[in-house]
Amino acid sequence: MHRRGVGAGAIAKKKLAEAKYKERGTVMAEDQLVQMSKQLEMFKTHLEEFASKHKQEIRKSSEFRVQFQDMCATIGVDPLASGKGFWSEMLGVGDFYYELGVQIIEVCLALKHRNGGLITLDELHQRVLKGRGKFAQDVSQDDLIRAIKKLKSLGNGFSIIPMGGGYLVQSVPAELNMDHTVVLQIAEKNGYVTVSEIKSSLKWDAERTNQVLEHLLKEGLAWIDKQAPEEPQYWLPALFSDLYSQDVTPEEADASLL
Amino acid sequence: AAAPGSEPVLVAPGTVMDRFVWASGLLEINETLVIQQRGVRLYDGDDKTKFDLGTVLLSTHRLLWRDHKKHDCCIALPLSQIIFFEEQAAGIGKSAKIVVHLQPVTLNKEPGPYQSSKYSYIKLSFKEHGQIEFYRRLSEELSQKRWERISVSQPMQSPSRSQDECFPSPANVWSDAVLKLYMEEKAFEDLSQLMKKAKEMVDLSKLIANKIKDKQGDISEDETIRFKSYLLSMGIANPVTRETHGSGTHYHLQLAKQLVEMLQVPVEEQGGMMALTEVYCLTNRARGMELLSPEDLVNACKMFEALNLPMRLRIFDSGVMVVQLQSHSEDEMIASAVETVSEKGFVSSEEYAKLVGISVLLAKERLLLAEKVGHLCRDDSVESLRFYPNLFLTQD
Repeated sequence: MHRRGVGAGAIAKKKLAEAKYKERGTVMAEDQLVQMSKQLEMFKTHLEEFASKHKQEIRKSSEFRVQFQDMCATIGVDPLASGKGFWSEMLGVGDFYYELGVQIIEVCLALKHRNGGLITLDELHQRVLKGRGKFAQDVSQDDLIRAIKKLKSLGNGFSIIPMGGGYLVQSVPAELNMDHTVVLQIAEKNGYVTVSEIKSSLKWDAERTNQVLEHLLKEGLAWIDKQAPEEPQYWLPALFSDLYSQDVTPEEADASLL
Repeated sequence: AAAPGSEPVLVAPGTVMDRFVWASGLLEINETLVIQQRGVRLYDGDDKTKFDLGTVLLSTHRLLWRDHKKHDCCIALPLSQIIFFEEQAAGIGKSAKIVVHLQPVTLNKEPGPYQSSKYSYIKLSFKEHGQIEFYRRLSEELSQKRWERISVSQPMQSPSRSQDECFPSPANVWSDAVLKLYMEEKAFEDLSQLMKKAKEMVDLSKLIANKIKDKQGDISEDETIRFKSYLLSMGIANPVTRETHGSGTHYHLQLAKQLVEMLQVPVEEQGGMMALTEVYCLTNRARGMELLSPEDLVNACKMFEALNLPMRLRIFDSGVMVVQLQSHSEDEMIASAVETVSEKGFVSSEEYAKLVGISVLLAKERLLLAEKVGHLCRDDSVESLRFYPNLFLTQD
């Protein structure tokens, strides 16, 4: 059996192949790898220089962060992919967003039993800011959205649902399709929705309407008020604005750490 | 106050914002505030300015604008400069505006954000509404012209007066705000230059990746690993995946070992399983700085098996990801779940979570597992999802 090895024959073969490529003027991948290594060192220096001048700007200014992120996306770079990346290490962008991710997870967990794992971006923003305290640096909704996009890789079902006036943040793996989303959008106005409202706005039949509402109830995203005057009302805790003021109780905070 | 023109000119020449002067934001004596409105952006003619989001204030004498966040960035315009103004209705994606037409600039004006102009009007864009009331009050003030009758203790026309008693000297206020805007411009320029260089790296990495794919040249495993670490450093997605290594690098290898050490006890305490979101929080809270990205964590956990570490990354059907102890016996867990459920008759995820002392998320996954192998069955009603022992299995 022919053994593929590193004998003289194999080396000679390789040299022949190299020579062939060089003849055609093709640059070998290994050579380019060496080039990349050198360029990487140079880039690191540029980045260090940039960081020494503007690191503060990034931490303080959410507008600058947006510009920075957009430019990275344009050229095909994800500065938040790894804590080991240059961007994270030298500019500190990583720590900013990864810590934000932790705060987002904690808020969502603490409130999950109330809202089923669905919360408006506004409320999430308010609560995160509160949790960070008076002296922490400011965090914008754009920052939150970017942090949440990163959290998707953790498998907990983080996703962002656009609504008429903003966004909803989902933090559980409950399946929400277009039908569910459109009902949420209708409910946005009053915080609740009824079967008649859905039927008249969307022209759905009873079966489809009930299926969607039942799913929301089962997932804990909606509560039903059977005592409502004309017909049962389906309330979405995520959309109540007066719950904003209710702080998380110590019991809820403990429960969230499980 | 420093003479105009001796400070660095930093913003685009030819803007009508030159009618504005830097102000302290404090009202002068006998000057009364009429109305203020948040969420207003200033336009120079039709062009957006850097005065992006702030509060517009109308007094008996002036029109002021102050940045929401940087309170020392405040500019003002005497009402006497206003010739007339009009509404511009809101459109799709566009806020309602008030267009304010202004007189030409006077020669002895104090320092302001812009040195000269090509437009003769500015716009106030009301991103948080309030334009109707503001319009009304502006009309009133411009018809009453109270500034002509009421003199203020800090006349705008004599810059030689000492202002230290009442508020910070205009020169200081001006330099701080000027510097800030200047720094922002410079930062943006530097950022653009940096991005150009980063783009070169991205392009080079694509060339290399293509060659690897086309097998031009024999790249060794070591070189592949090096390449991946370069990509990791730059934050470039890895276009070349090889089964043997996945997206892991030496960094993730080290991380995997560290994680197992750190997580052994906490995961055991939770019954052998912990959701990845929780692992993420636990690890990063412990680290304090040089935090892990979510992807770092996932990539490290994926290496557990290859490294023969006593933990595994597990992905449930629902997509939920957990870290699980290798010693964790699935069968034992299912048997214990079934026993508990049988004792209680039936159980919901929330109830089971409380009984066992784990999160509702994991409680549900355990019950689902037991259901999957047929030891439990469900009763899914609107009130709750309940799990019962599967009597079809146990009874003849």
